[in-house]
Amino acid sequence: MKPLNEVIAACPPSGIRRFFDIAAEMDDVISLGVGEPDFVTPWRIREAGIYALEHGYTTYTSNAGLPALRMLICSDLQQRYSAEYAWDSECLITTGVSEGLDLTLRVLLNPGDEVIIPEPCYVAYEPCVAFAGGTTVRVPTRWEDNFTIDVDVVAAAITPRTKAILIGSPANPTGAVQPREALQALARLAEQHDLYLISDEIYDRLTYNGSHTCLGAIPEARERTVVLGGFSKAQAMTGWRVGWICAPQAIAELCVRVHQYTMLCAPHVSQLAAVEALTSAETDVSEMVADYDRRRRVFVKGLREIGLECPEPDGAFYAFPSIRTSGLDSETFAERLLKEQGVAVVPGNVFGPSGEGHVRCSYATALPQLETALDRMSAFLRGL
Amino acid sequence: MREILELLERDSSLSHDTIATMLGLPVEEVSARIAEWESSGVIRRYKAVVDWEAVDDAIAREKVVAFIDVSVAPARGVGFDDVALRISRFDEVTSVHLVSGGHDLRCTVVGRDIRAVSDFVSQRLSTIDRVMSTATHFVLKTHKRDGDVFAEPEPDHRLRVTP
Repeated sequence: MKPLNEVIAACPPSGIRRFFDIAAEMDDVISLGVGEPDFVTPWRIREAGIYALEHGYTTYTSNAGLPALRMLICSDLQQRYSAEYAWDSECLITTGVSEGLDLTLRVLLNPGDEVIIPEPCYVAYEPCVAFAGGTTVRVPTRWEDNFTIDVDVVAAAITPRTKAILIGSPANPTGAVQPREALQALARLAEQHDLYLISDEIYDRLTYNGSHTCLGAIPEARERTVVLGGFSKAQAMTGWRVGWICAPQAIAELCVRVHQYTMLCAPHVSQLAAVEALTSAETDVSEMVADYDRRRRVFVKGLREIGLECPEPDGAFYAFPSIRTSGLDSETFAERLLKEQGVAVVPGNVFGPSGEGHVRCSYATALPQLETALDRMSAFLRGL
Repeated sequence: MREILELLERDSSLSHDTIATMLGLPVEEVSARIAEWESSGVIRRYKAVVDWEAVDDAIAREKVVAFIDVSVAPARGVGFDDVALRISRFDEVTSVHLVSGGHDLRCTVVGRDIRAVSDFVSQRLSTIDRVMSTATHFVLKTHKRDGDVFAEPEPDHRLRVTP
């Protein structure tokens, strides 16, 4: 047989997979390893989905997505962040941010182009860059700086082949929210070197200390930025697979071109449910955000009390404590914690080398379970 | 402050410590507030939400609930208040509201069986002065009460570890 695609064959499977396999075999596991809300989609949104099915909305939509949904997204971005996008030429609906990221990278990159990615970062960034023919250049962020992006470190990584910088804020796995000044500095740097910016803002609504800055709302960034967002996290709609891209017209048009041939359109029912989410689920969203915030406080305090240093996570639903005092590397820590105490966390090194010495704990878990998990982690640490 | 009450209303078993951490307040302040509300009557009492139909004991489960709509002739100076209060004093009555619509008061009555509730309505409620008529609606099944849906909780369909 002839060899398969060498880029894809060379891409290692996600480091998370191994922990999933171990955890799946065990009974009595408390999982802090889940990257999605523990809430089910709010009922009014589900009900809108049921209504859509009952009334036969089972067809394709236009490639770019339902006009009503694109209008709502653009007016929401305008109201919330003063980011201006034209719904009919600068916005398209994708099957989640995952597709949005793939489209963006394919549209921006030529073979051999470099993309600078501050890490620790979401596990899909590097593989998606590779699949689009690009090369990732990682730059570290430090937990001592609350994982804020240091523009000088990014500048030092720029080469003539650099095409774009890809960031996620609020971030999976660190929970870090990039301050406005850091984003402004990044925007100026991109302008200086004529680079594109890709901003994964799927967790934008989940911030707890001060608000999120949309990169597309920063004037220097506007014409070179692709903003990716969706409904999976704040509206607890992971399985519906619906997200969006907002970008300058030239980029958005080419994204629609790839999308029309590879995906055709995002699921019709999901788009209608997303319309409902933006029209009437605001209270549900604020209640979920308030709930995450309460659990976040209890969990972070608990981590510190059992002796793990934990930078304050300002967004998303992850804590990223340092486990250096345990003397274990993060893989060993996570594996032993799972096997000995039945608590699943994700080792930080799967998110990049700067994640070594940390584990990712999701607090999208019921409060009593978080408390039990803390007790078990404490027992684990005492037993070392 | 409203948040403390909302948290307690949802789960009154939360410790003051946990509430303080959840809201980022000093625990002393939380305890002081709650003590104040307990003594001023803002917090009336703490109780559990019981799904009696799920109780594994036929005798404990035996309970009949009925909504009774009551028409009352109002009186100068008191309106419906005196009659509403008289009805409220009965232990069998668990709620009384003055409502708009075809009747004046809507009451909830709990009894051991249908007979007990009927007797209460015909002998106690209907005979109160200025009670003109009653309409009794027996509860056949409770699906939701005080914000709690009495159905199998939705299972967690998430995979145990995901990116």
